Formats: sequence, C-alpha cells, structure tokens
Amino acid sequence: MKHLRSINRKAGRIEANMKSAGDVVALQQGPTPPAPHFPLGCTLVFSPGWEADRSGGTAGLCTPVERDLFDCHEGCYWPAQVPDQLNHAPNWTSKCASAQKDWRKIDLVFP
Amino acid sequence: MTTAPIATTIRRREFHSFTSAGKPFAYLVPSAAVFELDDASAAILALLENGPIAPAELIGQLTPRFSEIELHETVDELLRVQAIAAGLDAPPLPKLLPIGAQVGAEPGMPIPLTTMVLNVTNQCNLSCTYCYEYGEDKIVDTENGKKAKFMTEETARESVDFMLREAGPNRTAHLTFFGGETLMNLPVLKFAIPYARERAAALGKQVDFSLTTNATLLRPEVIAFLAENRVGVTISIDGPKDVQDQFRVFHNGMGSYEIAVPKIRELLTRHRSRPIGARVTLTSQNLDIRKIFRHLRDEIGFYEVGFAPVTTASNREYAIADAGFDYMLDQFRSLAAEFLEYALEDRHHGFSNVKDTLEEIHKGVSKAYPCGAGLGLMGVSTDGDVALCHRFAGSDSHKLGTVRDGIDRLVQIDFLNKHHIADKTDCSQCWARPLCSGGCYHEAHTRYGDTAHANLHYCEWIRGWTDTCLKIYAELAVKNPRYLQQFDEEEHEASQVN
Repeated sequence: MKHLRSINRKAGRIEANMKSAGDVVALQQGPTPPAPHFPLGCTLVFSPGWEADRSGGTAGLCTPVERDLFDCHEGCYWPAQVPDQLNHAPNWTSKCASAQKDWRKIDLVFP
Repeated sequence: MTTAPIATTIRRREFHSFTSAGKPFAYLVPSAAVFELDDASAAILALLENGPIAPAELIGQLTPRFSEIELHETVDELLRVQAIAAGLDAPPLPKLLPIGAQVGAEPGMPIPLTTMVLNVTNQCNLSCTYCYEYGEDKIVDTENGKKAKFMTEETARESVDFMLREAGPNRTAHLTFFGGETLMNLPVLKFAIPYARERAAALGKQVDFSLTTNATLLRPEVIAFLAENRVGVTISIDGPKDVQDQFRVFHNGMGSYEIAVPKIRELLTRHRSRPIGARVTLTSQNLDIRKIFRHLRDEIGFYEVGFAPVTTASNREYAIADAGFDYMLDQFRSLAAEFLEYALEDRHHGFSNVKDTLEEIHKGVSKAYPCGAGLGLMGVSTDGDVALCHRFAGSDSHKLGTVRDGIDRLVQIDFLNKHHIADKTDCSQCWARPLCSGGCYHEAHTRYGDTAHANLHYCEWIRGWTDTCLKIYAELAVKNPRYLQQFDEEEHEASQVN
C-alpha cells in the first residue's frame, strides 16, 4: 500500500491478507474470471416495469423511461427488442456509461 | 496491480480519525486496525465527513491537489481496508457467537475456561462504605443469606477439578482468589495452591495464582507463603491516609491506612517474585488521581497503579456524576501524558490503565463482549456455584452451574446470545465499541438493573479516554516503536481482578 501505513498488528494482518488474497487468486485460478453477463434468461428476473405515471405522462416516474432500454438489455424485460450483445453487437452500449445521461448515444443496430 | 477507476458513489464507513505527533491516523471500526494516512487519504476521508460523494465530484474537488491516478489508487486502498464503501447502504455485520456457543454446537467443544475466580469467603474485616459486596448495592445477602460464609476445602478441591476440566486444551489455567477479604480464609489457599499445582502437573498443565487483598492481614508468614508460591498480589487501596480512611474503614469506623501500609511495605520488600499492583476505587470525593498515583507509586513503591470508578447506583453520595467524569478524564489525561514521556525514553511508569489499553490497541482487540465473564472467566461462590464472574458469585439469577455438575451450556449460550454487541443498539454507532463493547455487566446491573444494558453514563468518558490512548499509541508507533514490541512478546499475565 502506498497511501496507508499499517500501525498496529490488526492493520498489519489486513495488509498481509490483501497481499496474500491476490497471490492465491493468481496461483489457483489464473486471471480473475470475467463477471457473469446478463441476461441469463428472461424468466430469472421479475421487474414490475412501468408505462405511465399517475398523470398519464412519463415525467413523474420513479425511474426514468430510458431505463426501460436497459431493463430490457440487462433484466431481459419487455418491451423493446435489444441487439444481441453476445454475438452481433457486443459494443452496443460502449458509449453509454450512465443510462440516465447517455441514453441518446445508444444507436440503432441493423442486421 | 492496476487500479480500476472509481465506479460508484463512495461513503465513509466507521472510523475515528485523530492526529498524533503531527500526523493523521484512522482507527477503523469494527476491525480495530490503526492506519497512518498520507495527504491524499486524509483529504478523501475528510471530504467524506460531509456525506457520500460521487466519483466525478470527488475528483473535481481534490484535483489538482492530487492527480486523478493518485485519487483512484487511494480510494482503492481505502475500500480494501474498509475505511470507506462503495454504494449507499451498509450491509449489517453478521452476529457471530464464539465457537462452541452456537445453538447445536458440539457439546464436546465448549469455550475453554482461562480464569477462575474463587470467592473463598464473603466475609470482610473492613466495611468500606461503597463496597459492591457489602454496601448499599450488594446483590447477595452476605450477612443473613443462606450462602456459606467460608469456602470449605472440599469445595475448593471440586473447584480446582472443575477449572482443570474446563480449561480444555489450554496449557495454563489462571486461578484467582477473591473475597470478601481473601486472606480471612487462608487455610483454603494453603490447601488449594499445592492441590491445584499437583493436579495440573498430572494433566501436563500449569496454574498461575493471584489474589486481591486489602493488606490488613498480611502477616510475615503470609507474605512468605505468597512469595514462595509466586502468587500475584493486587492490593485494594485508595491513596494517602486522608483518602484511604474516608471509605476504607473497619467495622468500628476506624480508618485502615495505618494498619495496611506498614504491611504493604513489608510485602513489597519481601515478595519479589511477581510485580505488585495497587487498585484504586475512585469516588466523587476522591478524584485527585495524580496525588494518589504519586503516593502509591513513589512513596509506597507499587510497581503499577490502576484506577476504576466506583460501581454504584447513581443516587449514592459517592457516585461520580457527569462533571466528575470530565474532571477525572482531565486527570487521567495529565497522568497519561507523563506515561508517554516515560515510554518515549523506555522507562517504566506504572499507570496501568494506559498500558492495558495500549496493549489492546496494539493487538487490535475488537470485542463482541466487554470482558471474559461467562466466556473464559467465571466466578465461583463459597458453596461452589459458578456465576458470570466474581462480582456475581452467589447470585442465583446469574448462575451458570456448579463446580460439581459443570456449566449449564444452554444458560451460557443464552447469556452470550443476549449480551452480544450486535444487540446493543446504543453502541451500534459508537466508534469506541471495539474496546468498550458496552462496559461492565455488573456496573450495568447496578445502574440499570439489566446486565445487557450499555453503560451509557460513562460513554463520553470512554470515548475521551480511548482517544487519548490512541494518540499515545500512535505517537509511540512513530517515535519509539520499540516500546510496543513488549506487547508482541509472551501474552500478558492474568490481568488483575477487581
């Protein structure tokens, strides 16, 4: 560690543990395996979804409508068909770091 | 290793930050780890005092003082030592009972008993006004109750057998004799010590002996016996004559100073096999800690002096009120500053409250329970009932079993379950809980009528004192780390019982 210096014995153990945890992964598992990719299947996720707020519009929703796209993409939820990120469009969301801010950067994908 | 960019909002976890020797430190809760901070980590932790912060904002506020890479690196380190967390919700910590105390645990694998406190008598030749055993707040009726006034040799023998049985895999068992006035039952000590030594040797174990006494019965032959058997001795004494004679009096009201002190001097001269400590009870009328320390350490010659506030209901005249705790903290701090000066020069000082706390900080002790009572320490009453500790010995409502029939594991598990720090809501936000863990069960019972209650009347004092000891610890770690090495060497001998 560069920014913290362990002072007492407990701190020393935490630091040693941080180092050894890395070593064990390296020895036993090779590189850290990639995180599991969503979706794993539509039936695994239950999301209540949204269509309109109480006034009939979308401004009062507790989650922005743009999230709908991502709910479909990540949670595999109705309504939109999203591009297949496993094979044909792996970089479809690469310009979209935050759905709330960057949703316009998600473009259409033509087969 | 490469550092991933900060992914999400970060927030402070629990820690207490403090400055010592001109450097910033953090005491992490609940791990009890102490880290020295550099400028970047100190700046990030300070920023998080205002609430959770998004990565972009954090970087915006702290660049160009620090480079973006430096900030990412520091956040990563702080995350990994758990000083901070990503996301907004803190997952609650699991409540872990000690191994062997879970419901359904193997009955053959109980928690080993480290220390047994044997109340060899509940009688005393003094009548100290504030005494928890004799005074207004007593739990057990020692005068007219049905409990035996003196322990018999038979009960002492059964107790020693019980202790060695319950010590499990431990090589050393600690046997502490207590009272009443312990030396009023000298015959039982003279029987129990050789018996315990012999039984332990047969099992490949050893026993460490100690006792607490008011010193009035230390005749030369008693001193010779204690020295010969390497019995650790703690003397209950409150200070110079005017202080001692205020509360520590004989039944006829006469002060005990003149009787006790010549005997203490003789003990200190003749008993050289173990260091001898004094244990002072502080009351509202007796808070001049520096004066008491000087007298006991320099004029009488004790190796160590430890102080503890009187355990009492809050309405007693001698109970220490809030202002008294503030005054006491100032006094403790001034004596602790002196301790630090000595420690920086590798000199022995003798203020044992600081040393005990430094040792716990050094090891990173993080307690689920305030003390070992009902866990590795138990008290045995004159008739062989086993209780949480010596202060509860003889009380039927705090009984865990008997030396003959052993410990009722279900009662013990129930006790450990109800007294875990995770269930003390009052303590859940307090940074001092790794060391305090709610405080003494007996104190809580006397103040609030409930052993599981947190001792809220001295929270400010505990936090103030812990902060002082952390600063001393950190200063020693920076300027004289060699001093702290003593805590790495063999485990401390049995701490005093009071």
